[in-house]
Amino acid sequence: MSTHTVSLTVNGEPRTIEVEPRRLLVHAIREDLGLTGTHVGCDTSNCGACTIHLDGEAVKSCTVLAVQADGSEITTIEGLGSEGNLHPVQEAFWEHHGLQCGYCTPGMIMASADLLNRNPNPTEDEVRHALEGNLCRCTGYHNIVKAVLAAAESTRAGAVS
Amino acid sequence: MSVAGQAERSWVGRALKRKEDPKLITGRGNYVDDIVLPGTLYAAFVRSPEAHARIVSVDASAAMERDDVVMVATADDVDGLAGPLPMAWVPPGVEVNTPEHWPLAKGAVKHVGDPVAVVIGTDRYSVVDAADEVAVEYDPLPVVTDPEEALKDETIIHESLGTNVSHRWSLGGGDLEAGFAAADHVVERRVINHRTAGGAIETRGVLADYRGDELTIYSSTQVPHFVRLFLAILLGISQDRVRAVAPDVGGGFGSKLQMYGEEVLMAWAARKLGRPVKWIETRSENLQVTHHGRDQIADVRMGLKRDGTITAFHVKILADFGAYHMLLTPTIPSLGAFVMQGCYKMPAVQTDITGVFTNKFPTDAIRGAGRPEATHMIETVLDQAAAELGMSPIDIRRKNFIPAEEFPYETPVGVVYDSGNYHGTLDRLLERLDLDAFRREQEALRAKGIYRGVGFSTYTEICGLAPSRVTGPTGFGLQAGGWESAVVSVHTTGAVTVYTGTSPHGQGLETSFAQIVADRLGTSPDNVDVIHGDTSTGPEGLNTYGSRSLAVGGEAIARAAEKIQEKAKKIVAHQLEADPADIEVRDGKFSVKGSPDKGMTLAEVAGQAYIPLNLPEGMEPGLSETTFYDPDNFVFPFGAHAAIVDVDIETGKVDVIRYLGVDDCGPAINPKIIEGQLHGGIVHAIGQVLYERIHYDEDGQLVTGTFVDYALPSAAELPFFELDRTETPTPTNTLGVKGVGEAGTIGASAAVTNAVIDALRPLGVTWLNMPLSPARVWAAIQEARG
Repeated sequence: MSTHTVSLTVNGEPRTIEVEPRRLLVHAIREDLGLTGTHVGCDTSNCGACTIHLDGEAVKSCTVLAVQADGSEITTIEGLGSEGNLHPVQEAFWEHHGLQCGYCTPGMIMASADLLNRNPNPTEDEVRHALEGNLCRCTGYHNIVKAVLAAAESTRAGAVS
Repeated sequence: MSVAGQAERSWVGRALKRKEDPKLITGRGNYVDDIVLPGTLYAAFVRSPEAHARIVSVDASAAMERDDVVMVATADDVDGLAGPLPMAWVPPGVEVNTPEHWPLAKGAVKHVGDPVAVVIGTDRYSVVDAADEVAVEYDPLPVVTDPEEALKDETIIHESLGTNVSHRWSLGGGDLEAGFAAADHVVERRVINHRTAGGAIETRGVLADYRGDELTIYSSTQVPHFVRLFLAILLGISQDRVRAVAPDVGGGFGSKLQMYGEEVLMAWAARKLGRPVKWIETRSENLQVTHHGRDQIADVRMGLKRDGTITAFHVKILADFGAYHMLLTPTIPSLGAFVMQGCYKMPAVQTDITGVFTNKFPTDAIRGAGRPEATHMIETVLDQAAAELGMSPIDIRRKNFIPAEEFPYETPVGVVYDSGNYHGTLDRLLERLDLDAFRREQEALRAKGIYRGVGFSTYTEICGLAPSRVTGPTGFGLQAGGWESAVVSVHTTGAVTVYTGTSPHGQGLETSFAQIVADRLGTSPDNVDVIHGDTSTGPEGLNTYGSRSLAVGGEAIARAAEKIQEKAKKIVAHQLEADPADIEVRDGKFSVKGSPDKGMTLAEVAGQAYIPLNLPEGMEPGLSETTFYDPDNFVFPFGAHAAIVDVDIETGKVDVIRYLGVDDCGPAINPKIIEGQLHGGIVHAIGQVLYERIHYDEDGQLVTGTFVDYALPSAAELPFFELDRTETPTPTNTLGVKGVGEAGTIGASAAVTNAVIDALRPLGVTWLNMPLSPARVWAAIQEARG
């Protein structure tokens, strides 16, 4: 099958890959770009484990073809923050036990960060609905919702100070 | 975390952040599909679209012509297997009919998804294309999916057995006949506990690598030690040359407590082809061919005195096992029979189980395994009894609770409940839920057309698998034991490595275990590294399931750490010329009682431990201890739960608006982790009650085969949970701890179901079976209204 050249900015770095036109963006991220923090949990775009930011907005990368992302900026969990320099949402997930097995976590964090970008002061209900497309089997969502609300609060406090 | 200023407090009992998390929140986890070996091939399966059929022919020529395909194998090609897939646990005293179950179907398929061929090639996309090009001709056979139909043996699934019945087994105690004769009132209900999926967000996945006569298998499994054992047996490889690795595992919930055919086939193919082979399950496959749970129809009878005292309880379970027995399939319903009297005194109790084959995928352990089913029967039928006797659900429970002073309590079936305080958890629950106020609110809301209900569930369960004297060959017939292993090693710098034979996959045990060890060795949990899930790193282990990892594995670690502490005390006493009995662990040091300035840190002790000349005469050098711990009994966590729901009577939609729980799993090692386990456990049950169902149509087609149709609950459907705990230690282990991984699931389904019935009683709805989908609830309302 013929391949196409796709140029992307991935976590701030310019990258170019050759992909089949049918290649899903999530597989390009995981296998061609070597960023395995983005996960696959279903075949139907229900679980959200593959959530990344594409040009600043959360998308499910299993629902985008790599060729469609040509010229885009991508942020994955690896680019959101790192040990020692955690994003407030990552910090809050750790502090509030917002993860157990960790498999849904990258997608959950990326979706949460996107929510806070759009709405820095969400209500509990807004958090719950914003995360409707991200499934977790371990936590019952209690500590995830708590973590997102706490991250919102800490971000606001940081912005004020 | 630092030791300074903290050492007066123990690490155990503190809600520490998890050691596991930094890599997981930054995308640095290491799940099976993240592991890449040079030259890896990919596998895809050709699976049956028929629920029951003879395989007439398989034509793989088109697939084999492709450049990117290396091999297509059917059952005939898979040579050198010592036998079919294992079934390892049967209830004692009965013959269990067990059909042969091979990694690839031989001659006939018995359920949708039964694998007929495996295609292996160089590209993960193209092997899927190639699998589509394998032409299989089927000759369809009659299908039976209803377990009661299957019992009639009109359509036989396994001709070699001549019947669809797997076995019949009973467990009872007390005089059932006398119990019912003494009853003033008998309640009878058919309780249906429908089929569900484990639903781990990481599907299964396997990567096998065979080189230099050694097999390494990476699998998303809960049970790497079992995988090593069975692969060694089935493939005829010496066990020391098989290494099974469970890397980061994205949830299990019982569904990865298994020896799956795909694991065997990947190992076989890697050996055959001399290249690593990887298979990553799709979600559609996961719902089709990762074992299911529940699926029981129970005819339940409860006899009671007019005052609510239970006189007898008799349960007849028809368990739908699906098409084959997997590792533990025939025993799962029996686990419920152990605790069929729940928290209550019952002079006579009996569970009769009939297991039957149908053209569905097998059932096996899913979170709670037999105990959620038992608890649902007890707790919903007790509520029915209360209503019929004109009692409150609280009073009928209190009337029958085993009182705290009667523990340890031997039940009529011979199980000894270790400890409990059932009034205590219910008291605490009712401190948080003003029931009188709720009833007033409920009535006021009803006047506005809002139907709100409250439901209770007070549960106990049996976990911490397990004492070998009960589960082993002379007891419950498991051809193994129930112990767990631990190694605690202090290195020369004082850094500590703990090996556990358990295989955690989200339970936070690296943190809890480090807390246990840190206290005993006068160090910080940061200084304790816990390793697991790799059979090459320590002795035999029995893995993670049945809420056993803390109560059995944690206790093994505590005991190994105590041994190290004893040795360290002798070393310190020798160095400081003191009596070992006068050395204590205090302020992060081993110091002399009464002289806190005189002491040695763990690093100082460890430094000496490896210099034989500095040790007491005759002492072996080193500071590393191994323990195999086999408990005397199970542990029996318990709790009281209440759900409050609103039912939209126009649509039948149920919303859980409040959920309260008071649970008791003994003293907390890490309260944050306990809460997390309960949240997830409760939601697993709420999912079953309201949303989730593995549903086959009468042709055996799986209707709910993706996450579009199999509806896991999302954050939007749930409230915050209001949880509290009491702490009643178990005498079974020195930590006093009981398991908590399954407790939430076991307790919750009855609370939610009872709440929906409570909401709808004024409309005449008195009984409902799960799943309480809008369609079912709406229909029940219509029927009650006439």
